[in-house]
Amino acid sequence: MAGDTGCKRTSLYDLHVELGAKMVPFAGWEMPVQYPMGVLKEHLHTRVKAGLFDVSHMGQVILPIGAVAALEALVPVDIAGLGLNRQRYAMLTNDAGGILDDLMVTNRGDHLFLVVNAACAEADIAHLKAHIEGVTVVEGRGLLALQGPAAEGVLEAIVPGAAALRFMETATFLWQGNDLWVSRSGYTGEDGYEISVPDEVIDAFARALLANEAVAPIGLGARDSLRLEAGLCLYGHDIDTTTSPVEAGLTWALQKARRAGGAREGGFPGAARILQELANGPSRKRMGLRPEGRAPMREGVEIYAAPEGGAPIGTVTSGGFGPSIEGPMAMAYLPADLPEGSTVYGEMRGKRLPARITPLPFHPTSYKR
Amino acid sequence: MTILFTEEHEWLRPEGDLVTVGITAHASEQLGDVVFIELPEVGRIVEKGEEICVIESVKAASDILAPVAGEIVAVNEVLPDTPGAVNENALGTWFFQIRISDPAALAGFMDEAAYTNFIG
Repeated sequence: MAGDTGCKRTSLYDLHVELGAKMVPFAGWEMPVQYPMGVLKEHLHTRVKAGLFDVSHMGQVILPIGAVAALEALVPVDIAGLGLNRQRYAMLTNDAGGILDDLMVTNRGDHLFLVVNAACAEADIAHLKAHIEGVTVVEGRGLLALQGPAAEGVLEAIVPGAAALRFMETATFLWQGNDLWVSRSGYTGEDGYEISVPDEVIDAFARALLANEAVAPIGLGARDSLRLEAGLCLYGHDIDTTTSPVEAGLTWALQKARRAGGAREGGFPGAARILQELANGPSRKRMGLRPEGRAPMREGVEIYAAPEGGAPIGTVTSGGFGPSIEGPMAMAYLPADLPEGSTVYGEMRGKRLPARITPLPFHPTSYKR
Repeated sequence: MTILFTEEHEWLRPEGDLVTVGITAHASEQLGDVVFIELPEVGRIVEKGEEICVIESVKAASDILAPVAGEIVAVNEVLPDTPGAVNENALGTWFFQIRISDPAALAGFMDEAAYTNFIG
């Protein structure tokens, strides 16, 4: 469905408007950026109770289970070793070792289920179809994320069995006769779920979740500050076709089977660069920055080694104010040999302001492992 | 007490040759949650339209312009530590006070009814 802006609308559009959301165009979709509660309170609510996010703009794709090897040829990730009903974070790489998109891959027994970024969905699907037989774009299903410490209790009350899932585990449940594809995952740093829901019932299901007083609807604004506090990458900002998974600090997602000496070493686009960086270390790395004072260092701010002179040593890729850490935070690609705790300078409005290199995440994560 | 409004969504409270300045509730709603405010230095001589404050919300950075020419004689020193006050009570949260040299500088600003009409 398309609105006046030419943007697509999710099946929850009417609910967002009813809840008083401010709607904005995002990756070709008309999405809620915030509700009357406001970004700051929405963020904090998610950290202490539960937030409901409409992420139906993201692409849902199914591959035949026989496509495991073909998918492994596109990602530096162990797909063959992905157990039944297990989910894994992955990235599509290009021949230069850059990242085309990051995604979630689930082994649902007779097929693989992929969730890709909205902005990349069209290109991803074309890329997958060019290399894999039987790629199916899921139509007629939306996606919700329920995140926060109260998420488990809230979902269990209307979807019995959901509480038993562990982090990155998935299952199918029935809700009023409709199948829900539930995974214990998310992108806020909190425990929680992502739930693929048939379009016909997603409005009713979202209302059933919102009927619990612990749940508030949360917009894209707080989704961004939550994921940044959790040290997670936003595609097109912190990772793109020029950044490798190793530079981005995503080596935890590159399992042994695909590394040098592994059972299925290499064999993905950009393997030469990625394996070389794994062996010798990259020259630059994504790092966390805590600017002194309260001024946010936003995307595009250039980082210098010294308070005066010299050329920039990097650029902020994501930055803003962290409501839970009560201060500004940023991420930037910086020379890999810069030690944690050292001070660098971000130039804003003609002034260089100090920032300390800090381990990620900025706010501790609380996944249910 | 008179209160005047600018098209840049500032409010002005004139008392003699002193003008106290803040931003309107409409502006604070548009900005979203304010997280950082940088105030001008006391004693600074400013021209009308000069960028003298930085205000950053969770969404973006914007500037506050001097609504009139004059000298900054006071700033709300607790504001940089409590920027959220702007969202709680915009009309009750002042930023700075300007001493104007020319009382005619206050001509042409909107009253509350005109401003309400202006923001539609």
